[in-house]
Amino acid sequence: MAAPADLKYTSEHEWVLVAGSIATVGITAYAAEKLGDIVYVDLPKVGSSIAAGKVVGEIESTKSVGELFAPVAGTVVETNEAVVTNPELVNADPFGEGWLIKVEFAQLPELLSLEQYTALTV
Amino acid sequence: MTEAPPPDVKRSPLHAVHEAAGASFTDFAGWLMPVRYSSDLAEHHAVRTAAGIFDISHMAEFTIEGPDAAAYLDHALAGRLSAIAIGQAKYTLMLTEGGGIVDDLIVYRQADEEFLIIANAGNHDPVLAELRVRAAGFRVTVVDISDDIALIAVQGPAALAVLKATPSLTAPGLDELGYYRHLDGTFEGIPLFVARTGYTGEDGFELYLPADRAVALWSSLMAAGTPLGLVPAGLASRDTLRLEAGMPLYGHELGLDTFPEQAGLGRVVAVKKESFVGKRAIEAGPGEDARVLVGLASEGKRAGRAGYAVLSGDTVVGEVTSGALSPTLGHPIAMAYVDRAVSAVGTPLEIDVRGSRVAASVVGLPFYEREK
Repeated sequence: MAAPADLKYTSEHEWVLVAGSIATVGITAYAAEKLGDIVYVDLPKVGSSIAAGKVVGEIESTKSVGELFAPVAGTVVETNEAVVTNPELVNADPFGEGWLIKVEFAQLPELLSLEQYTALTV
Repeated sequence: MTEAPPPDVKRSPLHAVHEAAGASFTDFAGWLMPVRYSSDLAEHHAVRTAAGIFDISHMAEFTIEGPDAAAYLDHALAGRLSAIAIGQAKYTLMLTEGGGIVDDLIVYRQADEEFLIIANAGNHDPVLAELRVRAAGFRVTVVDISDDIALIAVQGPAALAVLKATPSLTAPGLDELGYYRHLDGTFEGIPLFVARTGYTGEDGFELYLPADRAVALWSSLMAAGTPLGLVPAGLASRDTLRLEAGMPLYGHELGLDTFPEQAGLGRVVAVKKESFVGKRAIEAGPGEDARVLVGLASEGKRAGRAGYAVLSGDTVVGEVTSGALSPTLGHPIAMAYVDRAVSAVGTPLEIDVRGSRVAASVVGLPFYEREK
């Protein structure tokens, strides 16, 4: 699975899809593969304020625990309940059905392009 | 997350096979080994319901030969190895003089005066060094054959059927071979050592053969086994399988500062032997305040992991050594060392899972036992 070129990325292996003032956030296929089978996802509450770069959730596999870092500052407006119920969606479709949270933001920090991100994973 | 293997990392004779199968690799005790091929969970379930094939060529193998071989092992190791018959295997420990554990081992008796010892890859050097030191005064030869031998495990309820379906593999008496027994077979005319042992809690076999024949054996087993549900399985599933089966992992449940009795392995030490390394310390015991290994079971999905504190009320009473969401049972399980006062089955405790408390009850080990 290739990382779509119209997404932005972070060095914490997250992707960000920007539409107006809403950022949809997930983890990359690379991160999902490194974690292994994801069995538990803990997401921030809808309505909570999150600060860029801070840990706001956890993604746990049979082998290890990954942290979800907020790529942007803002307010959580939606969380993906489907991945809470079926965490394996993150492995199956990390850039689609496996999205994690939507954040309403005022200002977008500098994020990585696909090319810049890919350079981190080789 | 990107990790380049260190330049001196060792590769299994099966490395190219794993790469071709799309494995992800991890550095394990200085070896670059497959952590998974596709999915940890799928590999785990395959071993519980059909069969998995594991490359465990990283493990260390030593041969012991000579007229004093049995007496030497009785001295060097915790068990009474002189009592096992030819064709039999025994799980045992190498102890320090202080009663701690250098490694846990499997010893196979191949002849009156010939034994094979399997040690953990990470303990290759200390075990070999101690085997040599302890050989003083005994007519034995200790030979390290680790680099010459490949080790392939086939584990799961279909393991026997897989071996029987594999052409060019002969193993007379395989059907009747008991658990912890071994026999000599052949693969493509080359001697093959077949043992009914494993580290998954399932029926299964471990196959030892010259490293240069490993690819051919793996390929034959896969070709014959795929229709029976055999899948390649990595170290990630091996870890959750052994955890469910309540089997200790050196560096987690066992270490130089662990007495066998603390790990529930008191029965492994033949303390009545006249003399063996560690006897005096074992007789004195680890002390009343030494923690003991227990199983912990929780509800929900959040597993305690190695290093997490175990609490009773607000008091830290122990530490988790291994833990995961059990793929077979569907709830979190962990092994932990806890104070004896809170070690009874049924005791309600809590695990500090990264700042939040998860309720956990002491349960008996193993967590999972196959139907026999």
